[in-house]
Amino acid sequence: MTSHQHHDHDHSELSETELRVRALETVLTEKGYLDPAALDLLIETYETKVGPRNGARVVARAWTDPSYRARLLADATPAIAELGYAGRQGEHLVAVENTPELHNMVVCTLCSCYPWPVLGLPPVWYKSAPYRAKAVKDPRGVLADFGFELPETTKVRVWDSTAEIRYFVLPMRPAGAEGWSEERLAELVTRDSMIGTGLPKQPHEVA
Amino acid sequence: MDGAHDMGGVPWSGPVAPEPDEPPFHAEWERRAFAMTLAMGMPGGWNIDMSRFARENRPPADYLSKSYFQIWLAGLEQLMLERQLIAEDEIAAGHALRQAKPVARILTADGVVAMLHRGGPTEREATAPARFAIGERVRAKVIHPPTHTRLPRYVRGHVGTVEMLHGVHVFPDSNAMGSENPQWLYTVTFDGRELWGADGDASVRTSVDAWEPYLEPAA
Repeated sequence: MTSHQHHDHDHSELSETELRVRALETVLTEKGYLDPAALDLLIETYETKVGPRNGARVVARAWTDPSYRARLLADATPAIAELGYAGRQGEHLVAVENTPELHNMVVCTLCSCYPWPVLGLPPVWYKSAPYRAKAVKDPRGVLADFGFELPETTKVRVWDSTAEIRYFVLPMRPAGAEGWSEERLAELVTRDSMIGTGLPKQPHEVA
Repeated sequence: MDGAHDMGGVPWSGPVAPEPDEPPFHAEWERRAFAMTLAMGMPGGWNIDMSRFARENRPPADYLSKSYFQIWLAGLEQLMLERQLIAEDEIAAGHALRQAKPVARILTADGVVAMLHRGGPTEREATAPARFAIGERVRAKVIHPPTHTRLPRYVRGHVGTVEMLHGVHVFPDSNAMGSENPQWLYTVTFDGRELWGADGDASVRTSVDAWEPYLEPAA
């Protein structure tokens, strides 16, 4: 096979998936199993309403309100519902707290379990073989892939989400943001800091 | 089943490659495949463990050659073909070729918010006390069922410590075959050296959530 033919082959495989999805939606709609307007709303929900800004609000609240932080760590599902986030793929939530001594990281080695109500849909790397393979064996290597290193004295705790419990990380509040409002603090909270593959932004990065 | 989906610790993976400012979807077909998968759960009537098994129950070369949403799509097709909601010739034709099978209900746009909010809680009433206590040493059983299981290979045979007790939850191994058979669910934590030997990182501890039938006393 020439490289040109190979290129055509790859191209037609991509189109095949697109055509198949279109065919499926047509058949299922014709049969009355699907309401295309419901699909539009599902997509809109996960593109515009449910995403890591929800989790950032939870973290910022925990950073500013000690009694909220205590409720979140004791029983995350009702604490997160206080802010209006609940439901699919977040039915049983657990928040795990980073400290100078302990860094948490969340993975799903078997598929892609992820706390949707607080983080939205998982990124491709979270669902990929490298992350699923490496997180449970060499989490410090994963952190190196993300460009940072923990002190050797910090222990690492990896949570493999094999059941319907959904874990998310409460990162440490960065220094230098004293007196900031909850809204401003939320801008420091990145998606990766709530998975445990990153740290919150530093105050000077958003100031 | 011992499939390609069970990736914890496999040696053939490379570096993790994050994408800056990644969007939830990378193509229009991913949006539609994702939304169809969520919507068809209602008329289809399958549960999350049946969905997971439909995705993972395929030859490793097939699983590994598909993108994540291609796996979702293949799983969805499998579930619908098995229940005769759709036939291969209809997908090929791009049109319905025979009458629809009656279904209990479908997801309409006005039902989306309630469906997402309801989710699918898996906790059930306990009917017997938990066999293991927090702090107890337990061994993950060595099992290789050809059917669905959520006990990853990398912990099988290893000894860990019960760290959390989550109540009684639907048991995936049974639920994938249509019976909830709820069981106590534990978080069991393993030391890096226990799981990976001298290659392990002694400063790392890793947990899985394990149902009681996966565990035995470490004695």
